[in-house]
This record gives sequence, C-alpha cells and structure tokens, in this order.
Amino acid sequence: MIKFSKQQLKIPKMMRPVYLVTGGMSEFRRAFPEKRTEELCVEALTMAAEMINMSPAELKSYIHTCYYGHFADHFGDQLLGESVIHDRLGLDPLGNIGVKTGGATGGSTLWEAVKAVASGYSDCALALGWERMDEVPTDEGNHLISCAADKDWETPLGHIYTGYYAVMAQKYWQVYGKSEDSFRKTMAEIAVKNRGYAYHNPFAQGGMKITVEDVLKSPVVAYPLRALDACLMSVGSACCIVADEKTAFKMCKNPLLVYVAAGTHTLRPADRRDMEIPLLPNETKNTYKDLDKRFPGGELYPGFTGFLAARMACYYAYRMAGVYDPCEDLDLVELHDAFTISDIQSYEDVGIRPYGEGRTYVESGDCYVTNPKTGKPGKLPANPSGGLIGCMHAVGATGLMQVCELMLQIWGRHAEVHGDAKRWKSFGKTKPKDWKDLQVKGAKRGLAISHAGVGSHVTATILVDPKHQLKGGKA
Amino acid sequence: MSCAHEQNRGKASVDNNRYKLKGEFHVAYPNTPIFNKQGKLCGVTNPRDMTYIHSYGAEAPFFEGLSKGVLKGTKCENPDCEYKGSVYIPFRIYCPDCLKKMKIVDLTAAAKKTAFIYTYMVCERSGAFNTLDKPIKFINVKIEGTSTILMSYLHLGEPSIGMRVVPIFRTKNPTYTITDLSWVPQGTPKSKLPKGFSF
Ligand SMILES: [Zn+2]
Repeated sequence: MIKFSKQQLKIPKMMRPVYLVTGGMSEFRRAFPEKRTEELCVEALTMAAEMINMSPAELKSYIHTCYYGHFADHFGDQLLGESVIHDRLGLDPLGNIGVKTGGATGGSTLWEAVKAVASGYSDCALALGWERMDEVPTDEGNHLISCAADKDWETPLGHIYTGYYAVMAQKYWQVYGKSEDSFRKTMAEIAVKNRGYAYHNPFAQGGMKITVEDVLKSPVVAYPLRALDACLMSVGSACCIVADEKTAFKMCKNPLLVYVAAGTHTLRPADRRDMEIPLLPNETKNTYKDLDKRFPGGELYPGFTGFLAARMACYYAYRMAGVYDPCEDLDLVELHDAFTISDIQSYEDVGIRPYGEGRTYVESGDCYVTNPKTGKPGKLPANPSGGLIGCMHAVGATGLMQVCELMLQIWGRHAEVHGDAKRWKSFGKTKPKDWKDLQVKGAKRGLAISHAGVGSHVTATILVDPKHQLKGGKA
Repeated sequence: MSCAHEQNRGKASVDNNRYKLKGEFHVAYPNTPIFNKQGKLCGVTNPRDMTYIHSYGAEAPFFEGLSKGVLKGTKCENPDCEYKGSVYIPFRIYCPDCLKKMKIVDLTAAAKKTAFIYTYMVCERSGAFNTLDKPIKFINVKIEGTSTILMSYLHLGEPSIGMRVVPIFRTKNPTYTITDLSWVPQGTPKSKLPKGFSF
C-alpha cells in the first residue's frame, strides 16, 4: 500500500496500561560450543527474577502466557525450538507461541506479550528470545541468512544478504552523505562510540577501544562499508516480563509503562513504490518541501534510503505514548545499528532528525552519554549498551536486550548491574580497571527500535517511568 | 559430492498435477563427534544434503521468458483499481492494491531503451551455494514506466548510479533462475558477452 485509510492509521489502543516488571540477559558471544541454548535462556530468566528479588519459581508463578522470539530455526535443524525452551523453563502447560520477524524478532515478541496483557487475556506474560548462529560454517550461515530474502528473486544472487542490504547504504551514502569524507568519518564515529560503550558492558561480545582511523582502515565489506561498520553475529538470550498495573506493583516497586507499535515494508526493496512521507507529530509537509533539491537523487520516498517500517512504528508509538519530539521527550534510545550507515538512516525514520539530516545527531555530540564537544551530558544518548555493533546481535534476543538496557537505565541501576565485578567474573572476564559508569542521569523515558534486515519489520518500544508520563500518553 | 551421486542427482517432473521424482534427493553422511582440546565431548555434527522441490506457480512465465531473451513484467488493467496501469518488475501475479490478476507485459524493449542503475553494491563475499563470479556487482535497475526497481547483477564494467544498462539473458543452458538475467553497460558489443548469454 502507498496510501492508508483512516482505519489503518488508527492510533493503537490498549484496553489497560501495561508495565514492564523486569528483564534479564545471558552473556553474549560469537559461539558457545559448550552450552545449549536452554542454558542461556535459563540464565536470562534467572537474572530477571534476581532483579526483583524473586526466585525463578516465584517469578514463574505469575506468568500466564509465553511469547518466544527465535528467528532462524533452520540454523538449528530444530522446528518448534520454542517448545523445547518452554519445557526446559518448566512452563508447560501454559500457552506459548513462537514469533519470527527477522532482526525485529525481539521487538515483535515483546509486542505480542504486551498485547496479551493489554487485552486482559493475561495479567502477566513472558517475552523471551534467543538466537544461535554458531552451529553452521560461516558460508552456510550466509546462505541461511540469505533465505530471509526472496528465494526466487534475491537469494540465488550470491546467497549473501549483505548484497541486498548494502545497495541501500550505497544510495544513502551518495545522495544524503554526498560521498563526503566527513560523512564517512561520522559513520566511523558511531562504530567507535558503540564499541567503546560495549567495553564497559559485561554482557557485550564486541567491546573495543578503537579510533576513527581503525574503522577507516578495516577491510572493505561492500564499499563504503567496512568490517568495523558492521554489527556482530551473536549467540545469547534476553527476556522481559510484562504485567497489568495491579500485578506489576505487586511484583516490584517500580514497574515501567511500556508501549509497543510495529510497522512493515516490502521484503524485497525492489517492490517499494514512491509515496508521501508519513509525518511524525513534530513534522509538517513543509519539513520536506525541498528535500529533493537539497539532496538531488532523493526524489523517491522511501526509495532505498528510508525505512518506512520504522517510520510507521514510530508514527503509532509516539502517539500512543504522547511523544511529540523524541529529542525533547526521551532521555535515551537503543537503536538497531546493524551498520553505522543504517544507524544514521534510522535517526531520520524515527524523527530524531528530519530526513536528510541524520548525520548531525552524531556531529552535534547529542548521541553520546557525555557530549565530547561540550563535556556535558548528551541530549539524547544512543546505545549506551554498545548496541548491535558493540554488544550483540543475537537476532531473537536483540530487541529484548535493548529494552532490558533501557529498564536498567530508567531504574538507575545501570552501574549496579554493569559494574558488578562478580558478574564480569561469572562470564570469565575481568572488569576493566578503567570501567566507566554509563548511567544516563535522571533517565525517565526511553525508546528501543528493533529492525529486520532491509526494513521488512520494525517495532518501536517506549518505556516510561509512570511518575513521568507524558501528556497525551494513552495509558 | 561423489560422481555417482552427481549422475544420479534427483530430478522432478510433473504429470497430472503430481510430482514424479527420479534419482537421489539426499545423501546420508554419518555424523561425527565434537571434542574440546581436553578431550571432553561437546556435541556432534549433523550432516544434511538434500534437495528442495519448488513450484514457480504463475511466476513461471517470467523465468521461462528469461531463457528466451524476454523480460516480462505485469500490469494492473482493472478499470476500478486506484492504481490502474501500474507496471511491476519484479513480476507480481496479483495487483498489490486491488488483488486482481494482472496482465503479463513484455518489458524487453523498454529495458533496452531506458534502464539505468538506481543504486548498486560491489560485494566481495558470497554464501554457500553461490554460482555467480565474485565480486558480485549487485545493481538495482529502474526501467521507465514501471513502479518498482529490480534487483539484479552487472556482468561487465563498473557500476555507478545513473549508468545506462541493457539486459542480457542466459539463453544457452538456462538455469531457469533469476541468475539467467544480467546486465551490461549500454553499447557493449555482442562479442564481449559472457558465455551462454545473448541480448
Ligand atoms: Zn490493481
């Protein structure tokens, strides 16, 4: 569709407010040759219980239905892997269902759990996700990932998803980045920031202290993208527990209001048709009246440069939560930085910057916990977890990891969890001597974007401290 | 893969709405154990070698067309459709708006005259089962008069945005897959075309 009816643009309504009660994560690594997937899932659920001083058994006693995010079951040669995990978590005979939406699987899983509680069907629901891509050789893994593209029209072309994805980066690079060295450097700064933040995260797989020069010298994957521009491939698990108001306040002292909305766009970028830009609350038609003059080649929307699914997810979610301007109304974001360039693209889709101006979010220093230009707190810090580039991309768990990280930030418990030397040790790591507290001071509201591949599915999750609800928030 | 298996490789045909299968569709290799350096058992390998049987359904004319040097798209001709006249390549069976079956149209001439590269990417890597030469020059081709932008690959030259290209087709020993369609820069002489391909 390229035009939407009133019914289709209805702002999603929840029959009652839904709260995030707790969440947890396993450690993330490229491979776990000596661990089964269920061991990672049990670790995530156990951490969620510990966060609210419950035993796993006590936490489980509240759960009524279960939503499992696991994307690539063909990697494991196991259908109904969800049922395996459900049994190992000891949650039979509760109803459960598997969710698969590519890279957005984690976010979509939470979407399902939230709707179950919002409708009244369940008072408490589990959203738990995982991924394991370490059990096939890399080239076969590339083939299996490329099966997420169209198997007749795309997969036979190289069996390599990067090829289908990177054409969009090329277009953005040339039209909006104008192929400038300065833009290339801005991309590299994101990789430096996110790997640097991951260095302070015990769960993270890819923490590194690197420089812009290191990124620019790393091997070319598909020009202008280099190895250090790309996200990680990970194994691990994450979970979130959601509940209605009464149950949530019984389970913990400070549950957080949670809103989730979703959007989609064509699986094949080839099928995208030109359309009008759906506007976010702080935009008008005037915002974009001369976009193609300022950026020749940017005539088509979304063309191959915008992610309509992300735009639609925020179109709904901002209006549900009462967000007018994300830079003013939110305190931090966890974005889906699959590649440095797609991170910049998504700043525009989600309205942190208008289309065409994404780079200024980085160049202004707004995206840092501490703005390197001013030494003061950044306006809207992005990915203090390290994101997909620094922390992990264990597909089915990614969107849930992001929400766990937002939760810790809004609870003000970032240092307690990330700075715990025992936790570092339990993962076989040593807490760095120069460990830094990346707590965003006074964080009350956050946004997480969970995104699939070329933009086929995107969810926007907003977490709000209920004492700081926005005017117009629907719960 | 053994020669014997190669010769007896599974093939399928259709007779009276049923698949008729001949030959070997899978090979059963025994599994092997995985140990760590200390000799502790960590797991096992599970070899799988199998063949899928896939129907193109009403998209078959597109893939058959490539083998004959014809690029087919589809067009909505429903007079009641808000987007009547829209032309789609990738070929779609039904109109995405009105869901009426679309008409097959020949886009070969339009492609030869008007196709240009909307965006591209040169990819050094590939996945298992890839049959294309590396690096793969992915191109997204816009053909005038169509609503969409086709994904394909450039066989000769270096791609750039806006570059005019013409389609070429694997008409000798076609694979009946999307790889039978490729592109070369406008003005490429016939003598330069890759083996098996023609204009
Ligand atoms: Zn139609």
